[in-house]
Amino acid sequence: MKTAVLVFPGSNCDHDAYHALKHVVGIDAEFVWHKRSSLEGFDAVVIPGGFTYGDYLRTGAMAKLSPVMGAVRRFAEGGGPVIGICNGFQILLEAGLLPGAMIVNDSLRFVCDYVHLRAGTDRTPFTRGIPEGTILKIPVAHYQGNYYADEETLSSLEERGQVVFRYCDPHGNVTRESNPNGSARNIAGICNEAGNVLGMMPHPERCAEEAMGSADGRRLFDAMVAWLGERTA
Amino acid sequence: MKEKTVTPELAREHGLSAAEYGTVLGILGRAPSLTELGIFSVMWSEHCSYKSSRIHLKKFPTKGPRVLQGPGENAGIVDIGDGLAVVFKMESHNHPSFIEPYQGAATGVGGILRDVFTMGARPIASLNSLRFGRPDHPRTRYLVSGVVSGIAGYGNCIGVPTVGGEVSFDECYDGNILVNAFTLGVVRHERIRLGTAAGVGNPVIYVGSKTGRDGIHGATMASGEFDEKSEEKRPTVQVGDPFTEKLLLEACLELMRTDAIVGIQDMGAAGLTSSSFEMASRGGTGFLMDLDRVPQREEGMTPYELMLSESQERMLIVAKKGREGEVREIFEKWDLDVSVVGEVTGDGIGRVRWRGKTVAEIPIAALTDKAPVYDRPAERPEGQDALQRLDPAGLPAPSDLGETWVRLMGGPELADRKWVYRQYDHMIRTNTLILPGSDAAVLRVKGTRKGIALSVDCNSRYCHLDPFVGGMIAVCEAARNVACSGAEPIGLSDCLNFGNPEKPEVMWQFRSAIEGMAKACEALGVPVVSGNVSFYNETMGKGIHPTPAVAMVGLLEDASKRRVQWFSSDGDLILLAGADRLGVHMGGSLYLKEVHGKVAGTPPPVDLAHEKRLQEFLREAASADLVASAHDLAEGGFACALAESCISGPRGPIGARVENPFPEAARPDFAMFSECQGAVLLSCAPAKRDAILDLARRFRITMKELGVVGGEYVDIEGLAKVGAAELRTAWGEGFAAALGLEG
Repeated sequence: MKTAVLVFPGSNCDHDAYHALKHVVGIDAEFVWHKRSSLEGFDAVVIPGGFTYGDYLRTGAMAKLSPVMGAVRRFAEGGGPVIGICNGFQILLEAGLLPGAMIVNDSLRFVCDYVHLRAGTDRTPFTRGIPEGTILKIPVAHYQGNYYADEETLSSLEERGQVVFRYCDPHGNVTRESNPNGSARNIAGICNEAGNVLGMMPHPERCAEEAMGSADGRRLFDAMVAWLGERTA
Repeated sequence: MKEKTVTPELAREHGLSAAEYGTVLGILGRAPSLTELGIFSVMWSEHCSYKSSRIHLKKFPTKGPRVLQGPGENAGIVDIGDGLAVVFKMESHNHPSFIEPYQGAATGVGGILRDVFTMGARPIASLNSLRFGRPDHPRTRYLVSGVVSGIAGYGNCIGVPTVGGEVSFDECYDGNILVNAFTLGVVRHERIRLGTAAGVGNPVIYVGSKTGRDGIHGATMASGEFDEKSEEKRPTVQVGDPFTEKLLLEACLELMRTDAIVGIQDMGAAGLTSSSFEMASRGGTGFLMDLDRVPQREEGMTPYELMLSESQERMLIVAKKGREGEVREIFEKWDLDVSVVGEVTGDGIGRVRWRGKTVAEIPIAALTDKAPVYDRPAERPEGQDALQRLDPAGLPAPSDLGETWVRLMGGPELADRKWVYRQYDHMIRTNTLILPGSDAAVLRVKGTRKGIALSVDCNSRYCHLDPFVGGMIAVCEAARNVACSGAEPIGLSDCLNFGNPEKPEVMWQFRSAIEGMAKACEALGVPVVSGNVSFYNETMGKGIHPTPAVAMVGLLEDASKRRVQWFSSDGDLILLAGADRLGVHMGGSLYLKEVHGKVAGTPPPVDLAHEKRLQEFLREAASADLVASAHDLAEGGFACALAESCISGPRGPIGARVENPFPEAARPDFAMFSECQGAVLLSCAPAKRDAILDLARRFRITMKELGVVGGEYVDIEGLAKVGAAELRTAWGEGFAAALGLEG
């Protein structure tokens, strides 16, 4: 079982994702440079956070043009699990693998803090075994995490069970106060229709160990391992 | 284009005195070219040459069993065992940040990061020490917002967590803010790289961003006072590109995994000039450099501009001959410019060519050895005695101590800094075990059990009132913060921010502060391994308070023994270690300033022998798992330290009931807010009580049992009783409220 951790110029959570997979969860992981055009031999793909190309254009707008993104698209079409975290989520949006767009936080400031998430569906490889309504404590760290989509798209996401995480308070209530960035309908993470591609602003790789203040992030990677195990079985 | 002829007047405009210019003529045996004048002017600027500070800096202890590299390199290096070392330094970016706060602060962060990774270390954490003018000064809000977002913009993008720091306000910084940035990296001993140019014939390679006209004479700007025209100096501020620096960081670390290089140095202040001349000076060599091969962002740049540009995100490398291809391959992979611009020579001369002509030819040893060194006159200011006079008995007592307490906790000095650190990515790299908000941040070192504790500190009111004692206190407090977290201080970096050194009273402050710091360092056994001097922090002839910021690095052999400053469990006992250090010391206190509008008196006394024992006791208590929390008494005295332990934890406010710790009947307001040096508030499970008291006896630390954690109130019996939630709200909202910022 081997996971690809993509590395673009400006990726900076690549080491953290690698550490969580390899040293905490204990599965094989490998860095994949963005100029590679094949993901053969990999069972899952992590697009880590960072500031690809400095976010100098729109976030993710340059990274989506890298050769590796063609391979990611094919990998996703084949049903392989893909998780885009923070800038990785932004890249998935720009690449059209997920609907919607990101705009600047409503505070107009970068925000790094622990938040609470309410799980919305267990149908993705990363939330298998995390039932709807589960509350997770996971940090965010971003300047542009204010998810935007038109009303029709938002309703369709909800109807089709594509809203994977929403910001909530510690008791699971989805409130305005618990939304760190102004995101539409408190959306923190969504998946594609098939459910195998997940994009989320919060950073599960940052809280895979108790010493980091929460180990809830590990549950997503454990779920992925279990899902992959089932698939091969 | 004809180059300007150099005259004594032009030399003066470049900041060289008549005597200094005379030395230049002596060294060269002729008048310098314009490019040469530029080189001498920046290399001999205060910022680069330390000409006024050098003789005093020698007073610092800089050696120790763990020190692998002391001052003189890009950063200091201290061994942490297991073949690993930490590399760290603090540096100022005051003047640029005042002129252009976002870019000034951002490039300050970028510069200090390069100083660390140029030595082969991967940066794992940054800190900063910030000083602004009065919160209600019309410019302060703009400067705070700009500086904080500049630090965030650079640090977050490059992916190095900003894990702590300090922010303080005083009217003395109204026209001259301080922005001091610190970075620490970790390196395996065998990967350490130095800034040296050795091996005749070895190629000199330029990597990173292209050179533009930005920041020309930044180092010279940092060596002069400010006036009303300073705004016009905006073009001398550099613009940062953290994305390029991230590429540069990864490319350099990739290169350093090979053995292709001999030396490497970043192009910081004075850019290409300082990197080339300093590397050759350390290597005892010379160099030949062809400026036409320097990657350029703009057309028609003169040799003068090329040599003095402070364009960011550039490095100079001396590689082994024949290994150029490897260097090129790595930097091209990362989409960075790479160009062989010259070679190391054996004649000790720095020779610069441009369009086929030699535009500079300077003997390097003479440039370094004959650099001016001044023993500037120092004199205690006339007003110092008057400043130190204070009659506390004459101060009116506040009618409601609880209200005063809440006001101090919610005031700009003590209020929660979350508005600031929430903008910094303080978790990236997943090492931050203690997040911002405790006495010290603690990071793990992956692959080991070790932890690194970091704290930066300076009380500039104390330094203003008595720079010697203030200097001692800066070192003691920073070390105590680290000790509270359970760590042993193993080295420090400093940033010495002062006014105009040509004024004898400023020189006296500088000398006194250094002597105080040095004395504390000796007593605590902590070497100074790197640092920076920032003079001329004056605007319109008015200097800042002396502000020698101290960044302390501590080591925990076992990071699981780390301790925080806040109470965690109802029923835990509260004790005061160093209870005999309490006394009525109102001089320089926060209470005196905020409530009575005075900065006067003398700072609280320091007992260095006690301090050393106290810190050893704290480490022992942490490593034996005896204490649950430790927090030192600092600004705001006993009452504010107690409130902080009650309200600063992640679980929200928690009450406490304690007795008045003062031995005799002190005035109630003094008992609450008097400041002292060497007292620490501890909490522990009741079962640990006897063991802690035993341990304290062994270290001859006076303990006083004060009370118990729990309840809804923070209650100092007989003095004041306030709801923990009320204190928490005032403290939590105070920072944004004081500055009129959105929460």
